[in-house]
Amino acid sequence: MNDASDYLIEIRDLDYTRGHLRIFKGLNITIARGKITAIMGPSGTGKTTLLRLITRQLVPDCGTILIDGIDIAKLSLKDLYILRRRFGMLFQNGALLTDINVFENVAFPLREHTDLPNRLIRHIVLTKLHAVGLRGAADMMPSQLSGGMARRVALARAMVMDPDILIYDEPFVGLDPISMGVIVRLVRKMNDALGISSILVSHDVQEIATVADCSYLISDGKVAASGSPDELRNTSSDLVRQFMHGMADGPVAFHYAAPNYAEQLLGRDAE
Amino acid sequence: MQQTRSVELGTGLFVLLGLSALFFLTTQTTGSSDFSSSDAYEVTARFDNVGSLKNRAPVAMAGVTIGRVTSVEFDPQGLDAVVTFMIDARFDQIPDDSDASILTSGLLGSQYIGLQPGGSEFYLEADSEIQFTQSAIIIENLISKYLFSQGSDSGSK
Amino acid sequence: MFREAWLTFIDFIRTFGALQLFFLRLLAATPSIFFHRFGLVVTQVYNAGALSLVIIMVCGFFVGAVLGLQGYSILSKFNAEDSIGTFAAFSLIKELGPVITALLFSGRAGTALASEIGLMKATDQLSAMEMMAINPLHRILVPRFIGGVISMPLLAAIFSIVGLFGAHLVGVGLLGVDAGAFWQQMVATLEPSDVYEGIIKSIVFGVVASLLAVWEGYNAVPTAEGVGRATTRTVVISAIAVLILDFMITAIFI
Repeated sequence: MNDASDYLIEIRDLDYTRGHLRIFKGLNITIARGKITAIMGPSGTGKTTLLRLITRQLVPDCGTILIDGIDIAKLSLKDLYILRRRFGMLFQNGALLTDINVFENVAFPLREHTDLPNRLIRHIVLTKLHAVGLRGAADMMPSQLSGGMARRVALARAMVMDPDILIYDEPFVGLDPISMGVIVRLVRKMNDALGISSILVSHDVQEIATVADCSYLISDGKVAASGSPDELRNTSSDLVRQFMHGMADGPVAFHYAAPNYAEQLLGRDAE
Repeated sequence: MQQTRSVELGTGLFVLLGLSALFFLTTQTTGSSDFSSSDAYEVTARFDNVGSLKNRAPVAMAGVTIGRVTSVEFDPQGLDAVVTFMIDARFDQIPDDSDASILTSGLLGSQYIGLQPGGSEFYLEADSEIQFTQSAIIIENLISKYLFSQGSDSGSK
Repeated sequence: MFREAWLTFIDFIRTFGALQLFFLRLLAATPSIFFHRFGLVVTQVYNAGALSLVIIMVCGFFVGAVLGLQGYSILSKFNAEDSIGTFAAFSLIKELGPVITALLFSGRAGTALASEIGLMKATDQLSAMEMMAINPLHRILVPRFIGGVISMPLLAAIFSIVGLFGAHLVGVGLLGVDAGAFWQQMVATLEPSDVYEGIIKSIVFGVVASLLAVWEGYNAVPTAEGVGRATTRTVVISAIAVLILDFMITAIFI
């Protein structure tokens, strides 16, 4: 019982293969309740895939994912949808519905799941939009928003059903420094003010360092290192050092696997 | 709200237009609407040869369609064809000794049944049988008859 | 080579089976969406039907007009110009109405559906719905499917009527065929079963074209290129399916 209250999500021995590519081989991660957990890794290590596995948009080949001690692989579709109401997810590009305006986007989950009167929906939506600073943009269409604004609207939408768990998929990618600062502040504020748990997938080391309580570095289908950002920065592992300090070459090679350079260049003539 | 209303208006107009087109297709373009089986009575007639008479062929009197053929069957006992047809109940004063013949509309047109009124004081009613019938004229028979008669004429001279 | 062909064949059968299962899932959800979320269906009838009205009416008119001209030139060789109404009505109601409408429908509404759904997938909108515990199959696909199925027979009927009007305009107005003969001949020869054949065709084509559009969009590779390819495939596969089914339904009715 103690175990279940400390860890919200437990991932044990996760294996996942897509096509011929083995993305995860025996991944173990625990995500603490009420904290911000960052999952880092070089591009292409399957960070987004991991999020999709946690929310069962994908099903693992092997291994278990427990949320509050419940094995999500065993849930029926109905129970899965009930569980998903506890999640809020922020997609890389916001994923706002393009045919309705900002207000309706935020109101969308309320309209689908509840029979609340319009006055109350309006009240809730405006509160959430105010929290992300976009109450004034309620009547705009998603296509009129900048990338940062779209992400903030998406955050308001993810919050509107008052979830226990907020998942951010690359929230800092492609933002100018000001918008980035706004999002970082919002992530922290949401987590502390509402007592929810956050999972944050990113490769922006600087931002992670300022916001995360605990972070995992994934490489080659496994957890390469874990701990607080400071612990990671001072680790002795070459891979972690390369990632944290952004060095071009190291255990993650600059060159993609290829035949011997000289042989390939000279081989042309021989043929 | 303005947008929703125009969507609803457009949809309503479209569906109305479509339904009226469907209604027009099913009722106005076919011959079925001038005559329904509920207010009609059935009459039979025997023919030695029905030619290419088909179901739903018209039954006409004085050139006006008053009914339709409902079945064309072969009778193995009488070795002839039994044709059943419906006549509109409005025309209930057709003499029972009327003559039914299978006619062709135009030289190569489809065949229909023509009724020639008789002089009886009794009228056709449901399930009555027309006694006087004239078979379809088969063009091949006509031609061969003509050729034979030509041949026999020249032979006797 | 043989092995490759075999694998392609197996793959085809699997896709075909998956399409049937997908169809059943759509059908299973259809009644509840139709009765509880009628507003969504109305919007899609508008998108698939009302917005296709102009193209359907223009094409219908000119197809009818061409039938009038061609019919006249053929029939006048047999001194049977009066049958021009029959000729146009048979062609339009039994064949051209349902078939051309289905082809235009998959080109106008089907591609719109496939690219819309494909783009929603590519921009994570469908995943976002999943995460909001909303089944995109119910919220997005089923209303679009129902909208297409409702629109198609109505569009085909409108096409046939406008086409008849076009044939009438050319035959009677331009070429001097007697207006009475035009209608009388048509009404005398056309049977209810001919009209039903046309209506059944248009319903079947509506189901197939909508199903394929929704399916291609939902299974599009979520990239710009993938959505483009899904759109093209929608038109190509719908056209093939419609023409094959047209042959089969006609064979049943004869």
